Amino acid sequence: MTAISLSPADLAIGASLVAFDALLSVLLRLALHRQVLWAAGRMVVQLVAVGYILRAVFALRHPAATLLVVLVMSAIAAHEIAARPERRFKGWTGLGLSAGGVAIATVVTVGLALLTAIRPHPWYDPRYAITLVGIVLGSVLNAGSLSLDTLLGGITRERGAIEAQLALGASFHQATARLLREAIRRGLMPIINQMSAAGLITLPGIMTGQILAGLDPLEAVKYQILLMFLLAGASGLSALLMAYGALRRLTDERQRLRLDRLRE
Amino acid sequence: MTARLAVENLKSPLAGPFELELAPGECAAISGPSGAGKSLFLRMIADLDPNTGEAALDGTPRAAMAAPAWRRKAPYVAAESGWWRDAVAEHVEASAREAGRDLAAQLGLARELFEGPVQRLSTGERQRLALVRALVLEPPVLLLDEPTAPLDPDSIAKVEAVLAARLKAGAALVLVSHDPQQARRLGARPYEMRERRLRPLG
Repeated sequence: MTAISLSPADLAIGASLVAFDALLSVLLRLALHRQVLWAAGRMVVQLVAVGYILRAVFALRHPAATLLVVLVMSAIAAHEIAARPERRFKGWTGLGLSAGGVAIATVVTVGLALLTAIRPHPWYDPRYAITLVGIVLGSVLNAGSLSLDTLLGGITRERGAIEAQLALGASFHQATARLLREAIRRGLMPIINQMSAAGLITLPGIMTGQILAGLDPLEAVKYQILLMFLLAGASGLSALLMAYGALRRLTDERQRLRLDRLRE
Repeated sequence: MTARLAVENLKSPLAGPFELELAPGECAAISGPSGAGKSLFLRMIADLDPNTGEAALDGTPRAAMAAPAWRRKAPYVAAESGWWRDAVAEHVEASAREAGRDLAAQLGLARELFEGPVQRLSTGERQRLALVRALVLEPPVLLLDEPTAPLDPDSIAKVEAVLAARLKAGAALVLVSHDPQQARRLGARPYEMRERRLRPLG
C-alpha cells in the first residue's frame, strides 16, 4: 500500500506537455507561451515551497505552527473574496465581512470533522487540520465570492426597485429578500454541481489522490463522501454569511438603502 | 391646530436646511431647475437618504415610529418608477387590489393594464400606476416627484382630479412640478428650489 514515488525524470516527462502547449502557442500565434511557461513555473515553485512548509509543520506537530499556517491560508481566502466582486465596499468593511465569514464557515465545518468524524490524535494534528482547512477554504472562497458578487451586483442594478419598495413602507428585509435568496442560490451552485458530477463526470481530487497513494478505493470513497458533506456545509455557511453580512452593511437604523457605502 | 406635515431644520450634507408646514388639505408645489435638490428634499422627508432634523405627522415626530411605518404614511413616488415583480397587480397587496383597479380606472388606465405585466407599459402608464401603488395606502401625506411629467393633457387632468380629491379628504401633498398652472389648478402654495434651498414664491 505504498505510493509509487516520482523521480525528477518522471516530472520532466510531464513537463514536456507544458512545452507542447508553449510550442502550440508559438505556432498558432496565440501569444500565450509566456503565460503558460510562467504559470507552470509559478505552480512548481508554489507547490514545492508548500511541500517543504507542510513537511516542517507536520514534523513540528505544534499547535501554534498549525494555527499560523491556517491563519495565513484563511487570510488569503478572505482577501480573494473581498477583492473579487465588481462592486466593492469602501474601506475595510469588505475585508472584515469576508474574514468573519471565512473564519466561521471554516471553523464550524473543519471543527466538526476533527472533533466528531475523523478524530485524529491530537485533534489539531497538522496532517489533518491543515489539509482539511485547505480543501474547505476552496469551497468557502467559491461560494462566498459568488454570493457576494451576486448580491452587490444585484443591489446596484435593482436600486430603483428596492427603493420603490422602501418608499412605500416595505422593510429593508422585505425589499431585499429576493436578492438575498438569489445570492445564496448562486453561492450553492458549484457544490451542487460538484456533488452531482462526483464519480460520473469527474473523479474528485482527494479520492484520486488517495487511490494513487495506494488506498483501497472504498476507503477513499468514504473519505470523499465525508469531504463533500463538509464542503456542502462550508459553502452554505459561506454564501449565507457573505450575502447576509453584506446586506446588513448596506442599510442603517432607518432601513435606508446605503449604496454610498460602496466604492465609486 | 397641529400641522399635518411639519418639516423643521431638515438637512443633510447635500441640501437644506428646509422648513415646511402643511395643514390638512394643503399642497406645496415645488419648481426649480434640475439638480437644484427637489428630489433630494422629498427623499429626505421620506427618510430615504441620511439626514438630520425633524419631520412630524399630526404632531408625531417620525423618530417616534419605525422607518417603514413612517414611509407608509408619507410615501414617496419617484420620477422614475421602480418595479420588483412581473405583474402590475402583484405590486399592490391583495386586500388593496380592488381599490387599485378603481384608481387605475379613474386615471384612465384600462383594466388589462393593471392585471398585465409591467414590461408592456408605456412610461406614462408606469408613472400613473406607480401613483396608484402609493394611493392605495390611503396615506395622510404624499410626496410626488413630477407625477404628471410624461403625461398627455387628458391624463394630467385625471391625475389632478384624483389628487384634488385626496386634498379635499385632508391629505397633505408635496409635489414637484414644472408647470405653474398645475400649482394653481391644485390650489397649491408655490415654492422654488434653488441651490438646495427652498423659498416661497410670490
